[in-house]
Amino acid sequence: MIRIIAILVGLGFAAVALISFGFGAYTAATEEVAPHLPYEEPMDIDYSFDGPLGTWDIAQLQRGYKVYKEVCSACHGLKFVAMRNLSDLGYSEAQVKAEAATWQVPGIDPNTGEATMRPGVPTDYFPSPYPNAVAAAAANNNAIPPDLSLMTKARNNGTNYVASLLVGYQEPSAEFLAEFPEAAPGPGLYHNVYFPNRNLAMAPPLMNAGQVTYDDGTEATLPQMSQDVAAFLTWTAEPTLVKRKQTGWPVLIFLLFATVLAYLSKNQIWSALKPKQHRD
Amino acid sequence: MSFPWARQYEPKTGLTKFLDEKLPLPRFVYNAVGAGYPVPRNLNYMWNFGVLAGFFLVFQIVTGVVLAMHYAANAEVAFATTEHIMRDVNWGWLMRYAHANGASFFFIVVYIHIFRGFFYSSYKAPREMIWLLGVVIFLLMMATAFMGYVLPWGQMSFWGAKVITGLFGAIPLVGEPIQIWLLGGYAPDNAALNRFFSLHFLLPFVILGVVILHIWALHIPGSSNPTGVEVKQESDTVPFHPYYTAKDGFGLGIALLALFIMVFFLPNALGHADNYIEANPLSTPAHIVPEWYFYPFYAILRAFTMDFILPAKLWGVLAMFSAILMWFFLPWLDRSPVRSGHYRPLFRKFFWFGLIPTMAALFYLGGAPAEEPYVMLSQIFTAYYFLHFLVIIPIVSQIERPEPLPYSITEAVLGSDKKAVLGENTEPAV
Repeated sequence: MIRIIAILVGLGFAAVALISFGFGAYTAATEEVAPHLPYEEPMDIDYSFDGPLGTWDIAQLQRGYKVYKEVCSACHGLKFVAMRNLSDLGYSEAQVKAEAATWQVPGIDPNTGEATMRPGVPTDYFPSPYPNAVAAAAANNNAIPPDLSLMTKARNNGTNYVASLLVGYQEPSAEFLAEFPEAAPGPGLYHNVYFPNRNLAMAPPLMNAGQVTYDDGTEATLPQMSQDVAAFLTWTAEPTLVKRKQTGWPVLIFLLFATVLAYLSKNQIWSALKPKQHRD
Repeated sequence: MSFPWARQYEPKTGLTKFLDEKLPLPRFVYNAVGAGYPVPRNLNYMWNFGVLAGFFLVFQIVTGVVLAMHYAANAEVAFATTEHIMRDVNWGWLMRYAHANGASFFFIVVYIHIFRGFFYSSYKAPREMIWLLGVVIFLLMMATAFMGYVLPWGQMSFWGAKVITGLFGAIPLVGEPIQIWLLGGYAPDNAALNRFFSLHFLLPFVILGVVILHIWALHIPGSSNPTGVEVKQESDTVPFHPYYTAKDGFGLGIALLALFIMVFFLPNALGHADNYIEANPLSTPAHIVPEWYFYPFYAILRAFTMDFILPAKLWGVLAMFSAILMWFFLPWLDRSPVRSGHYRPLFRKFFWFGLIPTMAALFYLGGAPAEEPYVMLSQIFTAYYFLHFLVIIPIVSQIERPEPLPYSITEAVLGSDKKAVLGENTEPAV
């Protein structure tokens, strides 16, 4: 009895699934589906922190920090990163203090209790450039500039995506627009080949070479600046990335050793059960 | 219960004698997973996964309790405390990555454990109760994992919670009130986050309780084995310790190597980038998908796209829940007297060329976007999934002619021409 019920239920679900299939197949065969608006996959760029043995390129992180400070920070915050974390970038305690003081953070006037701005200290977090989301939206054509702390983890292939997006602005060709009219930039939007709908609210932040003057004398080309800031944002997204990889090796070597020992002891224990052959 | 030749616990020291008299815990352990539990001698590596599942349950509880010390279940700060764990808590990043990837590994080993059960028909008499409790554990795991994924309060957390609780809205009449009751509101917010955290902390201990019942039920008939022939004599078995403790130790080493390769070098490979964006009720992600271990059932849910007597959404919800609940009936659907797929030619073909490719396809399709050809493919595989368990298994078990079984486990291991040297010779070499 239970099997008869089961067979009926099974046939029922299968039939409804197949009816849905038939209907979908009919629709697929008779109706034309508009092709997806194509966009470019991010460029494949080599970074020092790639791969299981990767380490930070401290000079690159410092350059990327400078690009963030002089360009990105006009619109984007880094709310999960504290000034004290800058010591990871090779700065001394005094340098971190001095660097923190160059940022203005919200504070309270000790005499009047009124809201005011004061120079940052190492325990402060990087400030958001806007007092609140409404102000951010009002200043940016209703598109709120996202916080960048986690940006490279919040996008697939994030480091390459950020570096590519910053150099991906270009006018769409006439043929492309003829094929995909929806790709035409709307008001206040900018065409970017790496952005999923190709219409990005962010104006090109890096316009020309030399926009940032690097302290280490590296030539500030457009790709150089975009890759440096992408590397910096990889660090902000996961400051423990290199420590994680470096911790992994001793753990895996220990486990490999332990597993080999476990295998050998298993073999020795089980050898008692092997049938005794060639005995007679 | 145990076999008459099971070794007896003999306390030797003063302390163990004292304990054995007052609280015989060492005796209990000895009989449960020690030398007092005789186990078939022919178990292959597929039998490692029960112990591994138990290990990962404990692993999740330990890492989870540490994470709970630093996490705050409040929609205002949940995302920030998760980042606090990643950045400021000593080794917090390791705990969180171990817990997130540990969940994936828990599901990997449990899926293998379940499919071992399918192939060797481990659900058949006299082990029906073990199977039923196992399905209960799997359902509890799914609920726990779903609620755990909501806690970081990222975009996928929020929208996943919204979609999954929205399924209850498909129930006629009472659906919407149930959904509001579950969430404590019209959409996931602080009330939902708080109760999910509370239940996410509670349910693993419920799972632990059911696991104890699962193992208790296992010890009544004893472990099954790859031939499916029941234990007949002492030479068919070896003591669990040291034979299977040693084998499980090796299996655990392999599992930990795989886990920690993921934790240290690919910690986010099994997650979704969208969950590093803080939950935003006003911005819907382009593709809402659950965690990978729910993909087959998510594919089944989305396969029902047509209103046919019932609304399409209700068909999807019914099918998704039935896809697991029907496992409860498996012991009574499969009437073949032979257990092991090794001796069932027709059943074996349907398993390897039907069920396994279907599950692989549904795993892939559940994560694919809801567009053609993925939806059409998931409809075909969904149909096969239901036919396999509810139609093919009952019919095959009636019409199939099984291959001859070995007389005993000993014969299967040593061959019928060799003398069974065991019985007096199970002392390990060390």
